[in-house]
Amino acid sequence: MRSASDVIVVGAGVVGAACAYYAARAGLSVTVLDRGPVAGGTTGSGEGNLLVSDKEPGPELELALFSCKLWQELAELLPRGVEYEPKGGLVVARDEPGMAALRTFAAGQEKAGVTVREVAADRLPDLEPHLAPGLAGGFHYPQDAQVMPALAAAHLLRASGAEVRLGPGEEVAGLLTGPGGAVRGVRTASGALYAPHVVNAAGAWGGEFARLAGVLLPVLPRRGFVLVTEPLPRVVRHKVYGADYIADVASGSAALQTSLVIEGTRAGPVLIGASRERVGFDRTLSVEAVRRLATGATELFPVLAGVRTMRTYAGFRPYLPDHLPAIGADARVPGLLHACGHEGAGIGLAPATGRIIADVLTGTQPPLDIGPFDPARFEPGGSR
Amino acid sequence: MGMRDLASESAGFDNAPAGCGGDGAGPVGDVGNGAQVVPGRPDRLGSAAEAQSDPSGAEVRPADGDEPYDLAVVGAGPAGLAGAVTGAELGLRVALLDLSDRIGGQFYRQPAAALRATHPERLHHDWEAFADLRRRLEASGVAHLAGHHVWTVERVEGGAEWAVHAVTGADGGEERPVRVRARAVLLATGAYERQLPFPGWTLPGVVGAGGAQAMLKGGLVLPGKRVVVAGSGPLLLAVASSLAEAGAEVPAVIEASGYLGYARRPRALAANPHKLAEAVTHGAVLLRHRVALRTRSAVTEVHGAERVEAVTVARLDEQWRPLPGTGRRIACDALAVGHGLIPGIELATTLGCATRRTPDGARALVLDARQETSVRGLWAAGEPGGIGGAQLARTEGELAARAVAARLGRNPGPGGRVRQLKSRRTRLRTFAEAMATTHAPGPGWTGWLSDDTEVCRCEEVSAGRVREAVQDYGARDARTVKLLTRAGMGWCQGRTCGAAVSCLSGDPEPPSERRPFTTPVPLGVLAALPPTPPLPETHRG
Amino acid sequence: MARTPRELAGARPDPAFEITLDGRPVTALPGQSVAAALWAAGILSWRTTREGGRPRGAFCGIGQCYECLAVINGVPNRRACLVPAGAGDAVTTQEGHGHAGLGV
Repeated sequence: MRSASDVIVVGAGVVGAACAYYAARAGLSVTVLDRGPVAGGTTGSGEGNLLVSDKEPGPELELALFSCKLWQELAELLPRGVEYEPKGGLVVARDEPGMAALRTFAAGQEKAGVTVREVAADRLPDLEPHLAPGLAGGFHYPQDAQVMPALAAAHLLRASGAEVRLGPGEEVAGLLTGPGGAVRGVRTASGALYAPHVVNAAGAWGGEFARLAGVLLPVLPRRGFVLVTEPLPRVVRHKVYGADYIADVASGSAALQTSLVIEGTRAGPVLIGASRERVGFDRTLSVEAVRRLATGATELFPVLAGVRTMRTYAGFRPYLPDHLPAIGADARVPGLLHACGHEGAGIGLAPATGRIIADVLTGTQPPLDIGPFDPARFEPGGSR
Repeated sequence: MGMRDLASESAGFDNAPAGCGGDGAGPVGDVGNGAQVVPGRPDRLGSAAEAQSDPSGAEVRPADGDEPYDLAVVGAGPAGLAGAVTGAELGLRVALLDLSDRIGGQFYRQPAAALRATHPERLHHDWEAFADLRRRLEASGVAHLAGHHVWTVERVEGGAEWAVHAVTGADGGEERPVRVRARAVLLATGAYERQLPFPGWTLPGVVGAGGAQAMLKGGLVLPGKRVVVAGSGPLLLAVASSLAEAGAEVPAVIEASGYLGYARRPRALAANPHKLAEAVTHGAVLLRHRVALRTRSAVTEVHGAERVEAVTVARLDEQWRPLPGTGRRIACDALAVGHGLIPGIELATTLGCATRRTPDGARALVLDARQETSVRGLWAAGEPGGIGGAQLARTEGELAARAVAARLGRNPGPGGRVRQLKSRRTRLRTFAEAMATTHAPGPGWTGWLSDDTEVCRCEEVSAGRVREAVQDYGARDARTVKLLTRAGMGWCQGRTCGAAVSCLSGDPEPPSERRPFTTPVPLGVLAALPPTPPLPETHRG
Repeated sequence: MARTPRELAGARPDPAFEITLDGRPVTALPGQSVAAALWAAGILSWRTTREGGRPRGAFCGIGQCYECLAVINGVPNRRACLVPAGAGDAVTTQEGHGHAGLGV
């Protein structure tokens, strides 16, 4: 029999790492498994958005606000290498109707606790000197921040002190259950691992893992491309995005959508995201997605037209039909917990998710209502 | 089953189709003599004049709405040239795209036209084969699109066609997008040099062995007066003899492997006498110039303040571990170094083509007997299928073009020719495998790295930081090392450091060679691309 | 028997012309790349790195390694091994990313 721990976390992405970190901080012994490397899935393809600005009032915004606070704490604890940057977000509108829509949206957010400030058209250059002229204005969200996702995951994992098992031999083949169906551990290619709790932090593959555990959790991948430019000085100061981004995030459409998020990074390149389309796990380059991203980016920042794109990468956002993550215990299988389905917000929501998982594991009351994240909510006939 | 299916699949390529006439078993080089081969120009040939512009500034060849080319060949080296001219001679409409202004690729790189070299052949081996391809290209109707740097290839029209995307214009100058549509694509994208880092390798005066060769062939220049040539692989001898012939003093060629590897594979060598002849030619040149060949040795350090002043050469054990106390200094003002070649397969991997591990730990495309990749409609020839040299490249290029013709329902030429090409390919591939095995980097090379040796030149990431990512942060492969350290994230996208990083990460698998942009493209150029509706849902994965 | 690459190839180029590196004249032959012209003048570096400020120049010679990036006629990040030299071209040593002017 291999080593036993209090909890096994399946997935070494940023969410799994945060679960491990907070569980370990709560005094539990943790084993993290991944069939790939650290941050090998969606985390490694993320831009590191820690956003409140794109979320409408509701459970996800509440989670994001809580998570942003936790990120601030973590930024103090983790090495500077995680590249945490409280740069703030700037949402811009092309015309007056766009501004009016943003104004309504922002007013609702403000009531929910978001800090937001309207920026008149003539003040936009103060925030972003390279922004194209002729925009109608924008809204500034100082709480938006950024982190380098893979580094964040690696540092969180290391700080957790968890036992980390990586590689094809650690792929979970099944859940071990005892009398009454309660979790006893997992079976991997290299043997059995025992723990009374298993956390599904398998990201875009969370639905697949749930199937192994015999439960329904309809996580689907929603592909996104990000363009990466050559290294530049600070050309873009904030996360700058167009008003239509918010609509696209909330959309369930399968078709290709490209709403822009443009931002600089501490390392130099500007990142241009993000397309959204439902095409399964297909990494094939979409030239059309790339063209649309480039068109949008050069419209917002004309100076980028002469800047070169060095690469692009695809990532798969794990989304659930109602665009809310699954966080918490699964009533259908005692001992099974889920922490996945964060769509494009996983980096931002990871600490809050980890904290909630740790609270559930230790029988502590989570700091917010986790009912909307109930993993069993997609069960035909409703949540139990 | 339609006519095309018959011609392409069952009646075959492996055996001469019944309607093709003759057994075609002529001597080598009979292409174009047989009555089966359609000479001259088929109608509606693509040419530069056919290029059309659309208002966005993006050029589409052929213009949207027109028939696509039958075959787009990417790369005008030995494989691409052979593929393009064979295709045209079989009646296909062919476009040949290449980054360079002049044909030849790296192997047959020639001085720029304006240098008016009267004896370019003196910089080359096997020039006659190239001259033949050049003559045939001139006589063919191939649309040679020079100065076209292909950055990606995509499937369009519901999978029935390919769009080859290129940028034209001087690097960083007035670049424009060009889209070439074709029914089949032949990737003849060659190779680039494998580099293994060592202390001091970023000092000016340290250049790639292939780099020194390319600068000499193309620009008629040398990196220094006294040039040590080091690393591993047969290219070193060719480079050393070129440099010496061009006037450089070459104090030594330092080869990390032993040449015994060839002796252990006598059959591969016996079957390829020309390879032996090639080596003897180089050997004679090196002897004449008093160049010492030192095997089982490596440059383990470069010395100099502003530029190279000397190198330390140490003996290696079988695993390429430097033997302590064997270091010897050689004064020089330049070092040309390389550790073999890596297949250029990025365009293919982006499309999901299957790859295999080569005996020297690189990744090459999996190709079938007809040079087709695992992605239907996409062929490859030459180095992308595994490093094998110019003769193999020409053989595979011709074979691929004949397979494309068969697929498109045209006459692929005499079956005997195809059989002959196949057997030549087998023989040359056998030799190539022996060569790769002989010169495969030993795992002990990391022993000459110090923690502060830069591994990634673009992002200035040291060996120490790579090792930390592996030991302390759970990196087990080059991709994770990249995410955690930025090694491989810079301008060259890991071409230069990929092999080394992969090795240091402990990953038994070669790096994936996934680079969705094979060259940087200005955002303005991408924005000027013609819009294309995405494929309908049913065609997606 | 000392020989030069030009002699070996029997090159008979048109008359040489001048380009400059950081204002200093460098002779180039028609057809040579910027990198080749600089090598011919014994110059091996024309770029400094972003982090360490270390000197770099042509390495792979075929446009794959991006070590030879230079500012040519005011445009940064051009591969000197690919860009043909033209009479009067002003090459300047590229410092780091070469885009200092864009910083905000």
